[in-house]
Amino acid sequence: MAEVRMRNLVKTYPGGSTRATDDVSLDVDDGEFMVLLGPSGCGKTTLLRMVAGLELPDSGQVVIRGRDVTYLPPRERNLSMVFQSYAVFPHKRVRANIGFGLQMRGVPREEITRKVAWAADLLQLAPYLERYPSQLSGGQRQRVAVARAIVMDADVLLMDEPLSNLDAMLRLSFRAELKRLVGEIGTTTLYVTHDQAEALSLGDRIAVMRDGAIVQCDAPIAVYDVPASEFVGGFLGSPPMNFLSGTLAGTNGTVELDLGEGAARLPAPAALAGFRGQAVRAGVRAETIGVSHEQRPGAARCVVEVFEPLGSAVLITADLGGQRIKVQAPATFRADPGDELWLSLEQDNLRWYDPDSGAALATSAPATAS
Amino acid sequence: MSTDVGPPPAPVRAEPLRAPRRVPVPLLLLLPSAVFMALLFGWPLLSGIMEAFRGPDGFTTANWERMAGEPRFWEAVRNTLLLTAVVIPIQFTFAVAMALLLQAKPRGAGFYFYVWAVPLAISDLAAGLVWLAIFTDLGYLNSALVDIGIVERGAQWLNYQNPTSLFLTVVVAEVWRATSLVLIIVVAGMQVIPKDYDEAAQVFGATFWKRLWHVTLPLLRPSLQVALILRTILAFEAFAVAQALTGRNFPLLVGETYEWSVNLQNPAVASAVALVVLGMSMVVAVIYLRALRQPDSVRSGR
Amino acid sequence: MSTVAPAPLLLSDVELPPVDRAPLRRLRRRRAMLQAACILVTLFMGFPVYLIALAAFSSRQTLNAFPKSLLPTEVSTETISAFLSSTGVLPAFLNSIMIGLATLVLALLIGAPAGYAIARFVFRGRDTYQLAMLLTRALPIVVLAVPLAQLFLTAGLYDTILAVTLVHAALALPTTILITASVFVSVPRDLEEAAQLFGCTRAQAFRRIVVPMALPGIAASAIFTFVLSWNEVLAAAVLTLNNRTLPAQVLTSLSDSPLAFRFAGGFALVLPALLFILLMRRYLLNMWGSTLR
Repeated sequence: MAEVRMRNLVKTYPGGSTRATDDVSLDVDDGEFMVLLGPSGCGKTTLLRMVAGLELPDSGQVVIRGRDVTYLPPRERNLSMVFQSYAVFPHKRVRANIGFGLQMRGVPREEITRKVAWAADLLQLAPYLERYPSQLSGGQRQRVAVARAIVMDADVLLMDEPLSNLDAMLRLSFRAELKRLVGEIGTTTLYVTHDQAEALSLGDRIAVMRDGAIVQCDAPIAVYDVPASEFVGGFLGSPPMNFLSGTLAGTNGTVELDLGEGAARLPAPAALAGFRGQAVRAGVRAETIGVSHEQRPGAARCVVEVFEPLGSAVLITADLGGQRIKVQAPATFRADPGDELWLSLEQDNLRWYDPDSGAALATSAPATAS
Repeated sequence: MSTDVGPPPAPVRAEPLRAPRRVPVPLLLLLPSAVFMALLFGWPLLSGIMEAFRGPDGFTTANWERMAGEPRFWEAVRNTLLLTAVVIPIQFTFAVAMALLLQAKPRGAGFYFYVWAVPLAISDLAAGLVWLAIFTDLGYLNSALVDIGIVERGAQWLNYQNPTSLFLTVVVAEVWRATSLVLIIVVAGMQVIPKDYDEAAQVFGATFWKRLWHVTLPLLRPSLQVALILRTILAFEAFAVAQALTGRNFPLLVGETYEWSVNLQNPAVASAVALVVLGMSMVVAVIYLRALRQPDSVRSGR
Repeated sequence: MSTVAPAPLLLSDVELPPVDRAPLRRLRRRRAMLQAACILVTLFMGFPVYLIALAAFSSRQTLNAFPKSLLPTEVSTETISAFLSSTGVLPAFLNSIMIGLATLVLALLIGAPAGYAIARFVFRGRDTYQLAMLLTRALPIVVLAVPLAQLFLTAGLYDTILAVTLVHAALALPTTILITASVFVSVPRDLEEAAQLFGCTRAQAFRRIVVPMALPGIAASAIFTFVLSWNEVLAAAVLTLNNRTLPAQVLTSLSDSPLAFRFAGGFALVLPALLFILLMRRYLLNMWGSTLR
């Protein structure tokens, strides 16, 4: 049972004016793949390094496998780590690199050879064991870094943006390989990235961080579909979630969002009835919007600004009553700038946010598909 | 579009489009320095070699025989080699230790670095004089010892009848002076090493000493190699420090060159001695280059 | 407006063990020992400099006393003024300054263009040239000093400021070239090219754009050259007779001079070093880092 528990971790770097991590608490279950996602400076790497022991918190606690490790040096924590720069020792052969951790722990030589062979097989490095890192490509060096980490049988596997130095093609293929590999081995994993696609693909849960705090932590589908704030909705997904400003209006039983300028009225949940007359923001994902050249009941009118054919779909940027909206349509759909289109936004696909704080509003939003 | 412009004009026999032929700019910029160095380095070098073999009747090895016949010469050779052999390991250990201390980022690291680097700009003559003030009979070392009460009167550190003590004072002065140079080179070398390597070693279970052995020192090897060669060659040239501390009681090779050239007015033998120094330097450089050569498959850095 | 509570982080209620502070205490002890070690080293490196200053500012009476106090009892300029008024010292002082300045100007005039060439151009022979420069630093000055004395004698330049300047410039040239090369490399080529696009000739672009940006590095190189020249003993002693530099003067009077003279001389030689390192400490690492290939 190698679970990780972080409690109230606070860290300010010397010379810094703001907290790098602001009272962060998080639990990672045994065998769970937890992704820390956020823009640069959000504190995700600091959090990872505190779990690793490469930084010490100002206050708070880190517990691994029931043992307090908050101030222990890294080598006493039984962890392994993959660095963004790989940190593969250039003066040692691949074999010595992979076996480094085992060598440091005094594992007998035959066992090291056996385990190194096993890890090298898993990562297709067997033909390269006698080479030096300078004779390998970037992708191969990254495999060496991963092999070095998984050979250790550590309690927790830490990864600091391991794919960000690979080119786009390699990144995609290795991402899948990494997911399969880590899934097979089953170690508790803490993974840091700023790439939302990586986070959605790899994580059992994603902890979205901003300005030193976790703003949402949930399964990828939940974080994607029901973002807890505008920030989360805007950070995940490509293109980011659309946000429309409007005022709640409506009479009697109905609640509607008035987008102003006579543009359109969108259906709103009954739970927001008490806020009629107040400004509110509605979030909607580009791919959930229906689009047609013909007017349909309940559809909103917009004017095309940009038409981008992306191959697997088309991305349309349109002006909806003075607000910009991005709509994803099937690849066969065509439109030119200036065309008039009719958008269907279903209430089920709308998410509601407070215009001042950006936080999600309590509505009886449908339970997300599991 | 015009349809027909007639046959194309006859090709003009123009010069190929190229800058007018003259000396390319970079070589022009380099020329003064190359000429300067050739005159002031190359020519004297050749001249010196010839001078060492020159006698009243042309080519002769008489100068060399004269040089080798003086017992002071062999004393100087022994002293120079001994001094170098003792000072270099001490300096390098010391410098690496100091660099590691700084690497740990103690408070006041900037101040420490400044003080530790000061001897870098001190000539060996000045260093000798500084330690003279300390080691001389009525100097500060004896004063301190007497004040503390360890001894009655203080020892005669610079007494010529005590060659070991003489040697040690020169060692101390040289270590003090020249460690800064090695320190700077080592610190510069360490700063280029990405700290990821050390962190990775930490996570994977290496203690401080293991990290030093497996990660830091191997990655420092190129810097150390350069520093060793430069420092050893400079060590062979030590001379004023011994003059300041011991007068003529601790002969060194370059000191002998100075003697032959200035006081004994014999440039031929002086050249011979200088060539001995050159020979030693070259031998040492080759030895270092061989011994510390990286395996071909390991290129430095990434 | 009521907001949605973010999906619970599922913090378990499990009782966590208390924070183990022992490693923190161990860490603090090690930091204390680190400071102690640093202080010890600083004492070893810095104390002798303090002592020579102490000696230089002690009166003759104090210098003859024993045991000497390690703390300044008075500040006397007796020793220093005696030193400065000794025969040959003041002229030697001036010689050293003049030679130092002349050397740094000459080294820059010859070396900076070469450094620029290495930084900006790729040409055949570049590596050979750099290797040659590196090798000359490894050449013992002693091998050259003696023949140079002969050569200067025949050229009529013996015992002149010019002679010493030439030799010092030759000694300083390799380092000057390597430092200025790295300085010019750090000035982005784009700026020069932009200037040329906007109408400057190559020389104008150099003067207006590159020089101001390279100035700190060039200044560092200049000061380094000055100190090199100031400290140089062997060549200066071999090449001069009546127009000595300060180190040469002190060296040749070593055997006949009283201790006080030598202490003051030592201090006079050390003083520029203190200033130099103070001014240059930020560049020190760059200079040596850059001269390592």
